[in-house]
Amino acid sequence: MTRIYLDHNATTPMHPEVVQDMLVCFETKYGNPSSVHTDGRDARKLLEAARSQVSGLLSTDPAEVIFTGSATEANNTVIAHMHETSGKDMAFISSTIEHPSVDEPLASVAKSGREVIKVGVDRNGLVNLDTLETALRGRVALLSLVWANNETGVIQSVAEISRLCSEYGVLLHLDATQAAGKIPINLRALNVEFVSISAHKFNGPKGAGALIVASPKSLTPWIQGGPQEARRRGGTENIAGIVGMGRAAEVASRELDARARKYGELRDQLWLGIKESIPSVERNGSCRSCLPNTLNVEFKRTPGDVILQALDLEGISVSAGAACSSGSVAPSHVLSAMGLTSDEARSSLRFSVGQGNDTKDIVRTLAVLKSVVSRIRETNLS
Amino acid sequence: MSRVVVGMSGGVDSSLAAALMLESYNDVIGITMHLAGNSSRCCSLDDADDARKVAEQLGINFYVANYTKEFRQEVMKPFADSYLAGETPIPCIVCNKRFKFDHLLARARGLGAEKVATGHYARIAKDEESGEFRLLRALDSTKDQSYFLYNLSQDQLARIEFPLGFLTKEEVRQKARNLGLSTAEKPESQEICFVPDGDYAKVVEELEPSSLPGRGEVVSEDGTFLGSHEGIHHFTVGQRRGLGVSGSGRLYVSKLDAKLNRVVVGDGRSLEHTKVEVSNLSWVSNEGIPDIFCAEIRVRHGHDPCPAKIEVLDGVATAFLDHPVRAVAAGQAAVFYDSDTVLGGGSIKAAN
Repeated sequence: MTRIYLDHNATTPMHPEVVQDMLVCFETKYGNPSSVHTDGRDARKLLEAARSQVSGLLSTDPAEVIFTGSATEANNTVIAHMHETSGKDMAFISSTIEHPSVDEPLASVAKSGREVIKVGVDRNGLVNLDTLETALRGRVALLSLVWANNETGVIQSVAEISRLCSEYGVLLHLDATQAAGKIPINLRALNVEFVSISAHKFNGPKGAGALIVASPKSLTPWIQGGPQEARRRGGTENIAGIVGMGRAAEVASRELDARARKYGELRDQLWLGIKESIPSVERNGSCRSCLPNTLNVEFKRTPGDVILQALDLEGISVSAGAACSSGSVAPSHVLSAMGLTSDEARSSLRFSVGQGNDTKDIVRTLAVLKSVVSRIRETNLS
Repeated sequence: MSRVVVGMSGGVDSSLAAALMLESYNDVIGITMHLAGNSSRCCSLDDADDARKVAEQLGINFYVANYTKEFRQEVMKPFADSYLAGETPIPCIVCNKRFKFDHLLARARGLGAEKVATGHYARIAKDEESGEFRLLRALDSTKDQSYFLYNLSQDQLARIEFPLGFLTKEEVRQKARNLGLSTAEKPESQEICFVPDGDYAKVVEELEPSSLPGRGEVVSEDGTFLGSHEGIHHFTVGQRRGLGVSGSGRLYVSKLDAKLNRVVVGDGRSLEHTKVEVSNLSWVSNEGIPDIFCAEIRVRHGHDPCPAKIEVLDGVATAFLDHPVRAVAAGQAAVFYDSDTVLGGGSIKAAN
C-alpha cells in the first residue's frame, strides 16, 4: 500500500534537486568554509550561493541572512538577543497562537520579571489589531508573531502589523516557518527586524534554518565560539544542509505560484469533499487568509486522535493537536485560543498537502475518512 | 483481516500479551493509555517508551492515547474524596472498567478492531449452554487479578482476551526472554500507579486542597481523647504505625469518622470483622444472583477468600463470614467467588 502523506506542515520530503545538490557536499565539496585552501574556498562559495538563494525567496539582502540549525534556534536567538539588549522595563508582545519555540523562551523572559503580553486572536485565528495597537503604545522591546500558523494555516495581516510597528517604533519579529515557500514574501516591502525560517518545511533538509536580521551587525550570537556567519552564529556551517536549503528556496521561488495553485486546488477538493460527504464538520480558522495547503477541520463529537490512528492504519498521515512528550496528543492551544472548547479542539484534525500529492490521493482520503469517521461515531465514544 | 488492540502498559505482562496475540491475529495494534500526569510511575513517559520499544520489536502499530483529563476526573478525584470520607479506596477497579475496557474497547471499535487484549491474570470462558461469559481466576493464584475485574459486563467480557490467564508469572518472564522482549526483566509495579512513593496523603492534598479536614482528634474506642492528627486522610483502617499517640500495648486504627474528623484507635480486637456490607453490586451473569447464597468472599487484593453466607436486600449484600477477617476497610471491593468463578462484587460500605 502506497502511503498518502498529508502532513506537510510537520515536515516535507526533499525536492530531488535538493538531494542532488546535497550529495555533492557529502561526496566532493566537503571543505570547511573557514579554511583558506581551495577546498575551503569552494565550500564558502557554496555557502554564499545558498545565502543568495534564501534571500531571493524572501526578497531581502543576502547580508541579512544568518544560517542556523533550525527556526527554533532562530526564534531563541531573537528573544535572547532582545532580552539582553533592551531596557529591562520594556515589554515583549506576542500572541496566544505561537509555536513553543517562541512561547518557551518568552516564558523564561517573563520569569526574569519582565512583562510579556500575549495578544489574543478571534474565532478566525486572526490577531486582534486593536488590542495589539493598544499594547504597542507602551514601552515595548519586541513584537514576536507567527506569520502563518502551523495548525490552522491562518496568515496574519503582516503589512498592517508592520505598519503599526513602524508607527510605534517597535521592533518586529516574524516567525515565517510555515509561510516561507508557501506564500509570496517581500521583506523589502515590510518594516520587519527579524524573520525565522526552516528548510524542511519547504522541501529542504532538516537541521537547516535561518534568521534574517535587518541590522545583523548588532545581533548578539546565541551560540558563541567562532567567526562563522560574521560572528553571529558559532559552529562549523552545516554546508550540505545549507546548500539543500538554498536549493529548496530557489525551487520554491520558481514554483511558488504553481504550487500555491495546485496545493490550493487539492486542499479545496478535500474540504468540499469532506463537507459533502461527512455530516457535522466545521473548518477551523479563516478561509480567506490561509496558507493554500492547510486545512483544519473539526469532526464534531469525534476524537481527532482516534481518526488520526484509524487513518494511519489505512496508510494516510495527518496530524491532530500538539504531540505531547509521551507521544500522545494534547488538545491544541491554538484552537483553544481561537475559542474552541477542549472537546472541539480534541475533535479537530489538520491536513496539509504538498509535493507529491495529487487528486487521486484526495479521492482515496475522502473515501477512507468517510468510513472511518462514521465508524468512530457509531462506537459512541463517551 | 483480523485486528486486535492490546493495551500495553510498558510492563512485561502486557508486552507478552501483545506478542501472544500475534499468534492468532494478523493485525495487532498496541496502545498505551496515558492516564496520570507525567509524574506517575505506571503509564509514565518511560513506560510508554518501553511499550513503544516492544511494539517496534514485534513490528506492530503503536499509539499513545491521552486520557489524563478523564483519568483525573473519574479515578483520581474520587480516590481523594473516598479517602476524605474515611474510606480506603481502590481506584484500580474503576480504572479497569472505565479505562482499560470502556475507553479502550470504544477506541478499538473506532480502529476497526472488535477485541481488546490485556496482560491481566484472569480467564474468560464461554458457557456454551447459556451463551454467557464467565470470569475466572487465573491459573496462577499468586498473580490472579480477577478481584479487580468483577464488574466487567457481559458485553465487555465478550470482547476481551486475557492471553496470560493460563500462565504463571515465571512462564511469562521466560516466554518474554525467549522472544527477546526488552521488558522481560522489568520489575513489577506494586503501588497504585499515581501514588508512586506510597504517600497517599500527599496525593489527596494535591487533588482536593480545598476540602482537607484539618486537625482532628485521636480517641480511644470509648471516646477518650488520646491526641491529635493532621487529617483523617493520613490513616487507613488497621494501620498501626504513625498514629502519634501512645497507649498500653499496640494500638490500631479501628475506625475513621469523617463527620467528626476523628481517628478511633483500639487494641485491634474490634478489627476482627465477621459481617461485611457491600453496595454498588455488580454481577457477572445477566441472570443475577439468588437473594441468599453461599460463596467465598475476598475483601482485598491478595486476601485468601473466606467462606460466607450472603444475603442480598435492596441492592445491598450482607456477608456473614465463616471466620473473622481482620481490618476490612470501607472503600475496598468485596468480590464473591464460586470456586474459580467470579460471581460479582461491590464496594464495602461497613464491616463489624
